[in-house]
Amino acid sequence: MVDYLLDIFSGIGWLSASPNLAFVLAVTLSGLPIFLFMAVNALVAVYAERKVSAFMQDRLGPMGQGVGLHAGKWGLLQTVADAVKLLTKEDIIPASADRKLFILAPFILFIGCFVAFAGLPFNEHVVAADFNLGIFYILAMGSVGVIGVILAGYSSNNKWSLYGAMRSAAQIISYEIPAGLSLLAVIMLTGSLAFRDIVAAQTGTTLGVLPSWFIFDNPFTFFAFWLFFVAGVAEVNRTPFDLPEAESELVAGFHTEYSGMRWSFFFLTEYANMFIVAGVAALAFLGGWLSPFPGYFEGGLWGIFWFMSKAAFLIFIMMWFRWTFPRLRTDQLMRMCWKFFMPASFLTIVGVGIWDLFIR
Amino acid sequence: MYRDFGTAFIFALIGIVLVAAPLLIQRILSPQRKSLDKLSTYECGEAVEGPAWVKFNIRFYVVALIFIIFDVEVVFLFPWAVVYKELGLFAFVEMMIFIGVLALGLAYVWRKGDLEWVKVSVPYGRGRYSKLTVTEETPSVPKETAA
Repeated sequence: MVDYLLDIFSGIGWLSASPNLAFVLAVTLSGLPIFLFMAVNALVAVYAERKVSAFMQDRLGPMGQGVGLHAGKWGLLQTVADAVKLLTKEDIIPASADRKLFILAPFILFIGCFVAFAGLPFNEHVVAADFNLGIFYILAMGSVGVIGVILAGYSSNNKWSLYGAMRSAAQIISYEIPAGLSLLAVIMLTGSLAFRDIVAAQTGTTLGVLPSWFIFDNPFTFFAFWLFFVAGVAEVNRTPFDLPEAESELVAGFHTEYSGMRWSFFFLTEYANMFIVAGVAALAFLGGWLSPFPGYFEGGLWGIFWFMSKAAFLIFIMMWFRWTFPRLRTDQLMRMCWKFFMPASFLTIVGVGIWDLFIR
Repeated sequence: MYRDFGTAFIFALIGIVLVAAPLLIQRILSPQRKSLDKLSTYECGEAVEGPAWVKFNIRFYVVALIFIIFDVEVVFLFPWAVVYKELGLFAFVEMMIFIGVLALGLAYVWRKGDLEWVKVSVPYGRGRYSKLTVTEETPSVPKETAA
């Protein structure tokens, strides 16, 4: 994306004279669509979440606002109306809160997520920063957000927030390890951390019909996919792992005191993080921008379409989780991570290694 | 490579603007009618009982320490995984020994009970810990008597 813009800029006289300015401008211009994507992603995902929840509970969900203020057919504009409402809400910082940290928290949370998006490729060309260590970079940037969560919880000077933040810290750092370890299975088979190589290694077919995505590669990678996905769901604090913001016990967890636009950044980041987890899972295990029908519907816009559909499907599964599994208790959550996910993710690495050396 | 990180850095700077701009718009659009009740801390509608900045059992101190060890280990595993195909069996066996040592550490912590959220027993207790009694919280279920 940046390279493409730089090519265009090199034709413009005053920009080609100062390469640094051209670079900054190119990055900014590729950053704005990503922000737009994050915002639209949040709007669509919130709408989808409400509709999916509604249909799973045999309800209709948002169907428009009735007299005067129509939120579109089937409530399609509901989330847009919500966003406008958030923009006009009074900005409240509790008198007893730590003002500086309270203001800083959404910044850190959002920037950690936004910077991670820079390394997420939508197809082989549409990526802001095509890192050689893409997958590692996203894992690293994904864990910056927890600092924002802890700051938000601590600075609010609210007991609910403090509990939520402490739970979140324990949970996110614990589940980060299985998430990283299960991705190693893919990296071992690819020999590269760059997304373009990981996806390129998944072209072709296995067993005649299946696309040779890593999820179908061998039993251990199939297992690793689910390990990563479930650990990812835990990392973005989704139900069954939504202890940090368990509304029935902690009001709203670490963002209890946030309202209006500040709060909306927590929400924006949550849905953007869901997309990052789903996107990384799709890239590493589900062939990223490759078509599920090898040889057909490939390249260019099809790539973006397939990547987005895979990510959207995984996000749908996360929403499905929400109405299927009851919330875990904190001790169950930690036990599951350290006593099941940790040994299991070690075993997948050993299993993939043995499979690759001796069985294949 | 450096250019990619430059991109990430500029993204962080854009991020600041992208958060600050909506907050500024909100400041212009939204009403400003503050009151003491609005600015008080939320505690389910009750009057606030003291600050939240109190001594607090975070419970996962040991887990945090184990996390650091395992996270560093994951960082060690990443470069190994990249060259695993080239080095073959030798690197595989070597890394299995490394993982084995760490798994031993995990088993030790597991056995010591540091992975438990609520520690119900201190089996390795000595000295002043030896007198700790096990207080297991088992809610007593009232027996239903047939009427």
